[in-house]
Amino acid sequence: LAHGAGGKATQTLIEAVFLEAFRNPVLAALEDGATLSLDCARAAFTTDSFVVSPLFFPGGDIGDLAVNGTVNDLAMCGARPAFLSAGFILEEGFPVADLRRIAASMAAAAGAAGVSIVAGDTKVVERGKADGCYVTTSGVGLLERQVSLSAAGARSGDAVIVSGPMGEHGAAIMLARGDFGIEAPIVSDTAPLHGLVAALLDALPGGVRSLRDATRGGVATVLNEVATASQVAVVVEEEALPVRAEVTGVCELLGIDPLYVACEGRFVAVVDGEHADRAVQVLRGQPGGAGAVRIGTVRDDPPGLVLLRTVFGGTRIVDLLVGDPLPRIC
Amino acid sequence: MNERIRTRIHVEGIVQGVGFRPFVHALASTYGLAGLVGNDHGGVFIEAEGPPAAVTALVRALRDRPPTLAVIERVSLTPVPPTGARAFTIAPSVTGAPAHALIPPDVATCDACLAELFDPADRRHRYPFVNCTGCGPRFTIILALPYDRDTTTMAGFPLCDRCAREYRDPRDRRFHAQPICCPACGPALTLRAPDGTALPGDPLTEAATLLATGAIVAVKGLGGYHLAADATDHTAVTTLRARKRRTGKPFAVMAADLPAVRELCDLDDTAARLLSGRRRPIVLLPRRATTPVAPSVAPGTRELGVALPYTPLHHLLCRELTRPYVLTSGNSSGEPIAHDDEDARRRLGGIADAFLSHDRPIHAPVDDSVMRVFDGAPLPIRRARGYAPEPLRLPWPFPLPVLACGAQQKSTFCLAQGNRAILSQHLGDLEDYRTLRAYTTELGRLRRLTGIEPALVAHDLHPEYLSTKYALSLNGVDTIGVQHHHAHIVSCLAEHGEPGPVIGVAFDGTGHGGDGTVWGGELLVADLATFDRAGHLEQVPMPGGATAVRQPWRMAAAFLHAAHEPAHGLDVHARNPAAWQAVSAVLAAGGPAAPLTSSAGRLFDAVSALAGICDRAGYEGQAAVELEQRADRTVRDGYPVTVTSGPPVVITSTDLIRAVAADLRGGVATGVIAARFHHGLAEAVTVAVRLVADATGLGTVALSGGVFANTVLLGGITERLRRHGFRVLTHHRVPCNDGGLSLGQAVAAAAQTACA
Ligand SMILES: [Fe+3]
Ligand SMILES: [Mg+2]
Ligand SMILES: [Zn+2]
Ligand SMILES: [Zn+2]
Repeated sequence: LAHGAGGKATQTLIEAVFLEAFRNPVLAALEDGATLSLDCARAAFTTDSFVVSPLFFPGGDIGDLAVNGTVNDLAMCGARPAFLSAGFILEEGFPVADLRRIAASMAAAAGAAGVSIVAGDTKVVERGKADGCYVTTSGVGLLERQVSLSAAGARSGDAVIVSGPMGEHGAAIMLARGDFGIEAPIVSDTAPLHGLVAALLDALPGGVRSLRDATRGGVATVLNEVATASQVAVVVEEEALPVRAEVTGVCELLGIDPLYVACEGRFVAVVDGEHADRAVQVLRGQPGGAGAVRIGTVRDDPPGLVLLRTVFGGTRIVDLLVGDPLPRIC
Repeated sequence: MNERIRTRIHVEGIVQGVGFRPFVHALASTYGLAGLVGNDHGGVFIEAEGPPAAVTALVRALRDRPPTLAVIERVSLTPVPPTGARAFTIAPSVTGAPAHALIPPDVATCDACLAELFDPADRRHRYPFVNCTGCGPRFTIILALPYDRDTTTMAGFPLCDRCAREYRDPRDRRFHAQPICCPACGPALTLRAPDGTALPGDPLTEAATLLATGAIVAVKGLGGYHLAADATDHTAVTTLRARKRRTGKPFAVMAADLPAVRELCDLDDTAARLLSGRRRPIVLLPRRATTPVAPSVAPGTRELGVALPYTPLHHLLCRELTRPYVLTSGNSSGEPIAHDDEDARRRLGGIADAFLSHDRPIHAPVDDSVMRVFDGAPLPIRRARGYAPEPLRLPWPFPLPVLACGAQQKSTFCLAQGNRAILSQHLGDLEDYRTLRAYTTELGRLRRLTGIEPALVAHDLHPEYLSTKYALSLNGVDTIGVQHHHAHIVSCLAEHGEPGPVIGVAFDGTGHGGDGTVWGGELLVADLATFDRAGHLEQVPMPGGATAVRQPWRMAAAFLHAAHEPAHGLDVHARNPAAWQAVSAVLAAGGPAAPLTSSAGRLFDAVSALAGICDRAGYEGQAAVELEQRADRTVRDGYPVTVTSGPPVVITSTDLIRAVAADLRGGVATGVIAARFHHGLAEAVTVAVRLVADATGLGTVALSGGVFANTVLLGGITERLRRHGFRVLTHHRVPCNDGGLSLGQAVAAAAQTACA
């Protein structure tokens, strides 16, 4: 971008970029706000901001991430994502070509997810006041099913399922960021999840307790949220954890536990234990769900803790990390 | 001359469970005194009535020659009106008041009981639970104070008439011995298959037969279950390793008596005293070349951990088996020792072929203590059975009750009040859920038993230590973070009762520096409350953070990288060709995947891997332990190490690493390289300390941190510093490793609070 915030040329350019990319009747009206027709009485609404470095990485870019992230937050409510807004904060001098690329991938992601981007905003800040490009997306989704999903809903005997291999987004980012010169076939898992979720909810009416997408902090963080909110123990079998060998390799190299590595296209479902096999079977039959697997069980005791039964028969505490990466082993 | 007085005497210290009441009763009859003696929550209360001189004599005797196991902390006297009583009686225990009495540690079987055990005419012949006022279980069976039979796990065994008579007879050595019993009324031994079915025959004889034929037997001991195997049977030992999933870490063995130990190891007087004393730790001793113990018992080391029997059961087993047996904690690697019968059956069922057990419950899990010998004194590696929870007395009082939560691995906690610091038994790595549960359970129990209600809670600066998280989860207390290596140095000061300032050399694995880097090779000018980082080892990146701790070869790569020394042509590179490039890339990239460390432990790791000793650690500290063990004791010269004068003084590893590489390329023997490394580092530390001393005028040096379990380095530094006129403080009472950290945290936190 050649100009500072608010310049007429910039404004026109941005409008051209986004209008072109997100073409739809609501956005084309260029009103201050979008008027939406919702086909049901209940709706879900969410917002999320996306900052990622690098902006472009194997398997995606900040654009896919921003669309899928908000789509998935809606999906985790049991909603069918319908409309998104997108806000951009751009650093002065951010290349137009990059912006076009981001817009294109947002458009593609929106198309794939079946949502329309119906409102937007762009600000340009001085050089050095932002790192390239930040995107905020908000979304509205339609609640077409009677569901009550909550991290506080888990109870003893429930099964814990993840929808696919863990840590691929985070591992891809770390490789892309790290300048390690390491070639590994790892791409971000960024993907919309509402199709999988819909299939699961339809297959297990009333049997799904909680859905969470395992983004920042990975599966371990979601499991801790469930354990704390439900005051239950989540007992996970190390042997069952789905991690691809390449991801394991990168995590080992960098000294990171894949349980804590971010996914952008995986969710953790807590479902009625009696229907766990059916749930896994249904997920595996859906696009993007082939890697679904049961990883553990909810127990009463000890409340609030996530425990990992190791392949050696030990029981390791998988706690919520405060965020200090320094090793705690002596 | 018929003046009579009555004096109320209150005695505090370790005075319960040590035969104190019978001792007082005997004194009273010696001096012809009437009155009473009893336990209360604060210790022992006495009322002595009779001639003033006799009362004075009794008080003097209390102070001057108490029972062997007693520790008298305070005797207070109050005159009360005489009642005219003629008899001296044992009063019922007083309950309800806040607890200040101290809990005695468990005591090894005494000679008198041992004589009975092996006397065919005695009614307790071969009875595995014989004990008296001077010996037997204590801490591991106490549920509550005051210490009485019905507040122990012996409550379920009513005394038979003969035992009751001994218990009531003031002249009997079992007078008021709470856990006494006999075959007629006490616990009984059983031998069972893992599925719980009783095996036929005499349990002891059959267990010994099983061991002699290569089986693994779980043995219920004092503080938990152990796993036993014939130490001379290589197959049995490797089977045990495989089932326990313990690859390289040495096992300890139990030998019948000192002559039996001498067949296995070289034994000096200090070690002999330690081995045969009432605390009975495992002592690490130089293994004899002719030792019949299978090499698989303690691979990679020239030492052997040996213990003498400390319960009648162990004595009997030694007598039956007539050869040393491995006796290792009953657990899978990384878990706490199993002490509950059901739990043991579940956890050890897949490891043991049989269970030699009994029906006296173990209330608290307590592992064996482990000691090395240094400088004619014990050097604690693990402080547990026989030592915990005996308090350490400090010359200064804690201004308020303190709890210190310790480290992450080798965890202990410390409860402190008044002049006492009570360090818990070794509990282990908190990341294991069972260990964390043992930690919180034992903390609750010791708080109840000691009555200490902490107002101040100290913790490490590492936010991810589960002990830190535990501390920060407590409500209604002030919390305070204590830097890891400062806590190490203060733990050393505290056990010597010194306030500092000193030059503290804290060498260990990794510890949170508080500055975003990992410390572990520090020279701190420290007193109890404050420290200044006066020097440290040169920082290098740890490629892969915690992974670098588990894979010492990565530290070899890191130190070579830092020294700009090519790795090509070195075996360590040839052994790890694929991963080397990736790790080099991580080193070059830096960032969070390669945090900087000044850790001495990591330097040991690097040299150990370079020397071809250990690329991957099967247990904590393996690379360093084996490097020490390999050091050729005849080599006296050391590698050059540059020390740059500060502040801060920096010990540079570049020359040292290059010299190691040059020796490797020149084909110098591993033992020589290991020795030269130790001597070079010892010299460098000495130079660094002298530089700090020049700047500060300090003449006392405290050595702490897990690396100082290495007696080659400890000896090298101590010797050099003394030659230069320094006073050197080393650990004798609490471990130099993280097992002693909570003591330092408690003392430092209290000192900081007092200053604030
Ligand atoms: Fe330490
Ligand atoms: Mg989100
Ligand atoms: Zn005895
Ligand atoms: Zn009896």
